[in-house]
Amino acid sequence: MASWDIRFDRLQAGYGERRVLTDVNGVLPGGAVSVILGGSGCGKSTLLRQIIGLSKPMGGSIVIGGQDISTMDRKAFRRLRRHMGVLFQDGALLGALTLGENAVLPLSEHLSLPKDLLRREALRVLSMVGLAEFIDYYPNELSGGMRKRAGLARAIVAEPRILLCDEPTSGLDPITAARMDDLLLSMHRHYPDMTIVVVSHDLDSLERIAGHVLVLRDGVSSFCGKLEELRKADDPYLRQFLRRDAGEVNDCGAQAMDGTVAASLKRWLES
Amino acid sequence: MKDNIFAAVGRTFLEAVGFMGSVAIFLFEGLVQTFASAKIFPRSLRQIYVIGHKSLFLILLISLFCGMVLGLQGYYTLIKFGSVGFLGAVVSLSLIRELGPVLTAIMLTGRAGSSMTAEIGVMRITDQIDALDVMDINSMSYLVSPRLAASLVSFPLLTAVFDVVGIVGGYLTGVAMLNMNQGAYFYRISSSVSMDDIVCGFVKAVVFGLLVTTVCCHQGYYTHRRRDSVGPEAVGNATTSGVVISCVLILASDYVLTSIFL
Repeated sequence: MASWDIRFDRLQAGYGERRVLTDVNGVLPGGAVSVILGGSGCGKSTLLRQIIGLSKPMGGSIVIGGQDISTMDRKAFRRLRRHMGVLFQDGALLGALTLGENAVLPLSEHLSLPKDLLRREALRVLSMVGLAEFIDYYPNELSGGMRKRAGLARAIVAEPRILLCDEPTSGLDPITAARMDDLLLSMHRHYPDMTIVVVSHDLDSLERIAGHVLVLRDGVSSFCGKLEELRKADDPYLRQFLRRDAGEVNDCGAQAMDGTVAASLKRWLES
Repeated sequence: MKDNIFAAVGRTFLEAVGFMGSVAIFLFEGLVQTFASAKIFPRSLRQIYVIGHKSLFLILLISLFCGMVLGLQGYYTLIKFGSVGFLGAVVSLSLIRELGPVLTAIMLTGRAGSSMTAEIGVMRITDQIDALDVMDINSMSYLVSPRLAASLVSFPLLTAVFDVVGIVGGYLTGVAMLNMNQGAYFYRISSSVSMDDIVCGFVKAVVFGLLVTTVCCHQGYYTHRRRDSVGPEAVGNATTSGVVISCVLILASDYVLTSIFL
C-alpha cells in the first residue's frame, strides 16, 4: 500500500434517523499531521467513528490507503484496522489492568509473547510518553493528562500506519496541553510515514501541530487544505472561527427575579 | 383511543420479543466465543473468583438461616400431624429441588449480576468497549464469555454449598434446639432424596446461571442504547433492569423447569 491517506467523498453519517454529517469531502494526506477542526456538535467525533469503523456511513464513501471501507467486508476491514491506533478522549484505558498491561494490550491479545518481553515493550512505549515509572499504576490512580498519554502509548504500541486522536488536549491545562501537542509532533518525527489525524477545536493545538486541516461546519466540510491556505481563506465563518470571534451576540435579556423568590433567597443566604 | 391502546400493547409486545431475541443472540454469541477463545481459561478463573469466591460468605450466611427457618417452620407444622420424623425430608427436598437453586441465583444476581452490569456499562460509556473493538479484540470474548463460563461453574457449586449448609441449618434447629432424633433426621434425608432431585437442582442452577449472566451482561453491554437515560444514569438504570429482569426470569423459568422435572 503506497500512501495511507484518508479520502472522504460526499460522506453522510449519523445515528439512527438523524444525519450528523451531510456532505463531507476532502483528503487527509498520508504521512502528515491533519487536524479535523470544528465547533461543538459539528460532527468531528462522528467523522472519527466513521474512520475507525464504529459506525457505517449512510452515504458516500471513505477510502483509506486506496481501499473503500464503506464497501469492504467486515473481515477485510478488521485487517485494515490493525494498522490504526486510536487515542480516545479520556484514554479509554481498561480499569482492571495496570498501565503496563494496558499499554501492551494489542500485543498481549494477538501475539504469543513472553511476559518479560511484553513488560519491556510496555516500558519502551510508556517511556516515550514519560510514564515509565507509573507502569504498575492503575488508571484511576492517574490524572486526566496522564491517562491520555497512556492512551497514546497504547495507540502507538503496534506502530500503526494511522494514528487517530480524539480531542487529545480537551480538559487539560495549557502547559499539559502543549506537552501533549509536543508529544504528537515527536511521534510524527519518530514515525514520519504515520498519518496522524487529530480531532480538535483547540486553536493553539492547530497552530502548533497541523500541517493539513479539514474544517467541519454543521455536518459539511467547509475547508480542506493546508494550514497556510486556511489562514488566507476568505470564508467569513473560517475567519470568525480562527479569530475566536463570537459574532453577533444576542442580549441575554436579563429580567428581575420574582419578588417572592428574591425574598426567600435573601432569607436563606442570611440564615 | 382504542387505536392508542392497541398500538401501545403492540409496541410493548414487539419490544419484549425484540429484547428476548437480542438476549438469545447475545447468549449464542457469548457461548460461541467461550469455545472459540484461546484465553478463556485464565479469564474465567478470575471471574470464578469474583462470582464464586467473593459470594461464598453471603451464600453460607443465607443458606444457614434459610435451613434454620425451614427446620423451625417444618417442625411446628409436622408436629401437628405427628410426622416430625419427616423433618429431614422436608428440609432437604425443599432445599435441593427449589430453595437452593432459586435463592442462590437471586443472591448471586444481587451480588455478582449487578456488578457485571455496572462494570460493563461503565466500560461502554467510557469508550473502553469501543477501544477493544478498535484493537481488534473481540469484546464478547473478552468480557462476556469468561463470565458465562464462570457462571456455569460457580452457580452449581454455590447451589451445592447452599443445600449442604441449609441441611445443617435444619439440623441445628430440629435436632440441636428442638431435640428431634438425629438418626431420624438423616435417615429421612437419605431415604427421600433421589439422584433425580439432585440433577433437577443442578440443572436449575446451570439454567439460572446462564440467564442471570446473559441478562446482566446484555444490559451492561447495551447501556448506550437505552432510551430512558444516558451516561452514568443509564448505568444505574441498566443495573436495576438487569437485577429485576433476572429475578423475574429466575422465577418464571423455575416454574417451567419444575413442571418438566415433576
